[in-house]
Amino acid sequence: MANPAPDPGIYYVPHSSKWPLVGSIGLFLMLAGFANLMNGNKTLGMPMTFAGIAVILVMFWGWFRNVISESVRGLYNRQVDFSFRMGMIWFIFSEIMFFAAFFGALFYARVLSVPWLGGIGDGELTNIYIWSGFEAAWPTSGPEQVGGEYGLIGAWGIPLLNTMLLLASGVTLTIAHHALKAGQRTQVLIWLGATIALGAIFLYFQMYEYVHAYRDLNLTLGSGVYGSTFFMLTGFHGVHVTLGTIMLIVIWFRCLKGHFSKDDHFGFEAVAWYWHFVDVVWLILFIFVYVL
Amino acid sequence: MATDTATTVHDDGHEHAPSFIDRWFFGTNHKDIGTLYLLFSLAMFLIGGAMAMIIRAELFMPGMQIVNPEFFNQMTTMHALVMIFGAVMPAFVGLANWMLPLMIGAPDMALPRLNNLSFWILPFAFLIMLSTLFMEGGGPAGGWTLYPPLSLQQGNSMAFVIFAIHMMGLSSIMGAINIIATVLNMRAPGMDLLKMPIFPWTWLITAFLLIGVMPVLAGAITMLLTDKFFLTSFFNAAGGGDPVMYQHIFWFFGHPEVYIMILPAFGVVSEIIPTFSRKPLFGYQAMVYATASIAFLSFIVWAHHMFTVGMPLGGELFFMYATMLIAVPTGVKVFNWVSTMWQGSLTFETPMLFAIGFVVMFTIGGFSGLMLAIVPADYQYHDTYFVVAHFHYVLVTGSVFALMAGAYYWLPKWTGYMYNETLGKWHFWLSTIFVNLLFFPQHFLGLAGMPRRIPDYNIAFSDFNMISSIGGFGFGLAQLLFVYVVWSCARGRSGIKVGDRVWEGARGLEWTVPSPAPHHTFTTPPKFDDRDLAHGDVSH
Repeated sequence: MANPAPDPGIYYVPHSSKWPLVGSIGLFLMLAGFANLMNGNKTLGMPMTFAGIAVILVMFWGWFRNVISESVRGLYNRQVDFSFRMGMIWFIFSEIMFFAAFFGALFYARVLSVPWLGGIGDGELTNIYIWSGFEAAWPTSGPEQVGGEYGLIGAWGIPLLNTMLLLASGVTLTIAHHALKAGQRTQVLIWLGATIALGAIFLYFQMYEYVHAYRDLNLTLGSGVYGSTFFMLTGFHGVHVTLGTIMLIVIWFRCLKGHFSKDDHFGFEAVAWYWHFVDVVWLILFIFVYVL
Repeated sequence: MATDTATTVHDDGHEHAPSFIDRWFFGTNHKDIGTLYLLFSLAMFLIGGAMAMIIRAELFMPGMQIVNPEFFNQMTTMHALVMIFGAVMPAFVGLANWMLPLMIGAPDMALPRLNNLSFWILPFAFLIMLSTLFMEGGGPAGGWTLYPPLSLQQGNSMAFVIFAIHMMGLSSIMGAINIIATVLNMRAPGMDLLKMPIFPWTWLITAFLLIGVMPVLAGAITMLLTDKFFLTSFFNAAGGGDPVMYQHIFWFFGHPEVYIMILPAFGVVSEIIPTFSRKPLFGYQAMVYATASIAFLSFIVWAHHMFTVGMPLGGELFFMYATMLIAVPTGVKVFNWVSTMWQGSLTFETPMLFAIGFVVMFTIGGFSGLMLAIVPADYQYHDTYFVVAHFHYVLVTGSVFALMAGAYYWLPKWTGYMYNETLGKWHFWLSTIFVNLLFFPQHFLGLAGMPRRIPDYNIAFSDFNMISSIGGFGFGLAQLLFVYVVWSCARGRSGIKVGDRVWEGARGLEWTVPSPAPHHTFTTPPKFDDRDLAHGDVSH
């Protein structure tokens, strides 16, 4: 926002917008199409899914363009800014709870269900009568070794490298933020660009690791509860890094256009919060999925 | 700029004469979106109610009469999903949309466009979910909890239902974010949190619950989806997973979810009882803290839904005692409502009747909940009609009665006309008599051992089932009366125009604006006296 914040005593109510309805239609097409695809109905599923994705992308483009232009025109005041901040904070909190469900599944399997299957504690009879001979250990693909033999990905190779990459990206992003506060646009663009590059390299390594796991190690989504938790946690994290990287790219272009001022750059901060959130999730993931 | 004359900036050229499409499809006005929410939830209430009528018709007599067992199971599953996600939750969001900005003196919700998105996702989500009934293999039939492995064995509906629930969750999360931002950011100057009316308070706490648990539900059903379609083994013991794990994750969502449906009901009742008792709410701060305590406890009691799955004894004891603790803050609330009425000068208009009905019958549901919390007793009650009776007492005579109370209480504010009081009273008494006829005998059925979710039963259960079904039909028909009352009030059939302060004893900022509330209210921050607030002057 280029203009000084208007009087906080003035309420701002935005005008009507077609984008919410467009977004709902896009979501409907995408998900109903995807459900059709899963049931094997490609003729209906394919066009619906892709039309839905296209509509959602158009919605994001149009909605954000609208908001950015309103912001640049100086229509928003401090109260609106605070509402946006609350929105982003609680959105990130909901994302944390989404990951918590999958971490919960990981902990439940490791601490409770796998030991029970192996006859520990309350699971003694289960082990004797149903899964006789199964010894609890982690990682495991279960008593029936669902998915067959598989190899593991060591923590201290690519995963460690990826940890370093993401930690470094958090630092570069913070440097960019400080540069933004100091009003040095070139510095912002350089350090933000470095953050994007680090994110992209992370994603490259992550894909490399997945290909390796599927092709060479026979470690797949189907490799019992270990494969399930491994790929769902790292996979959803990867999706979030991808989203975060796209957001950073958008912010880079907005910096280039001079949308942000020294003391008013909520768009930048929101993306930075999101990036740090993705960062922290990776750290927890690194410890509980790879190291321990 | 130190000026007292603040104004609203409307960034538009045609806000004062919005076209039909602009107003109802692209709108940002909290009152319009609230109306959409309320009408949508009323439609879902009738659809879900029609499903309940099919269930009760089949159970009218032992033996298979009307539908086949597979369809019966689809009806029980869909009835629950429609009523929870389609009727009760959107109805409370509708009330929040309409009343929160009016009660806290804000011009609108904090994020009006997001608000419209939250609403418009819902019709599409229910289009997807209800369409499964017409698909090959029919709709979901494994119960609304979608327990694996049963839910993974059903036909094509599963993917559709999961995505529909994802959409409903998204809508709820965005709605909750909006409510938090509104309450924390949009209050009129001088309205401290502990001066705020109780309905916004209960909604603020509910919104935190929503953001805390809806993503967990999304995670749980995503795991179901991948177990069914992408070979994962989260809930498959052969692969090292555990079907019981789903139950834990699901009920981590599911238990706060029941408080999501009852805390705003507490808020509505806490607004209505003081009005018709002509006294401030007794123990306002205690009410706030009790609500917060209930919300906290709701996160640590989930496994009381699954006492019979074979948990370690320590787990059963913990969840039993934690569950029973909830009775303490709930008791605080019930006693405060009663104390509010104590020595008040009471009148019994329809909203008050529904509110008193709520207090009495919700308490019955609370007590049967306390019985269910006791592990050894639950071994007997689990999955019987006793459970059905319990949660219908808290959800129908609890949440739905509070919604009815709220609707009658604020209808004049929304429409500018008084509703037909005689028909309102008929609606209350018919509802109350029939709902007890409907659900009270189900306690006996459950204690005698009739399991839930079955289309046929032992002939020994015939009499109580027949009574229950008669109650069900009566309750269902009585709701048509409600639809008529709402319609006639909206059309101004009574001809009785109401003033700003519709009810003599009403306090709060919503009663300082005209009736019907103009399209835009509080375009400048209102000034108010603490004594005008719903619970009276908090300084003493």
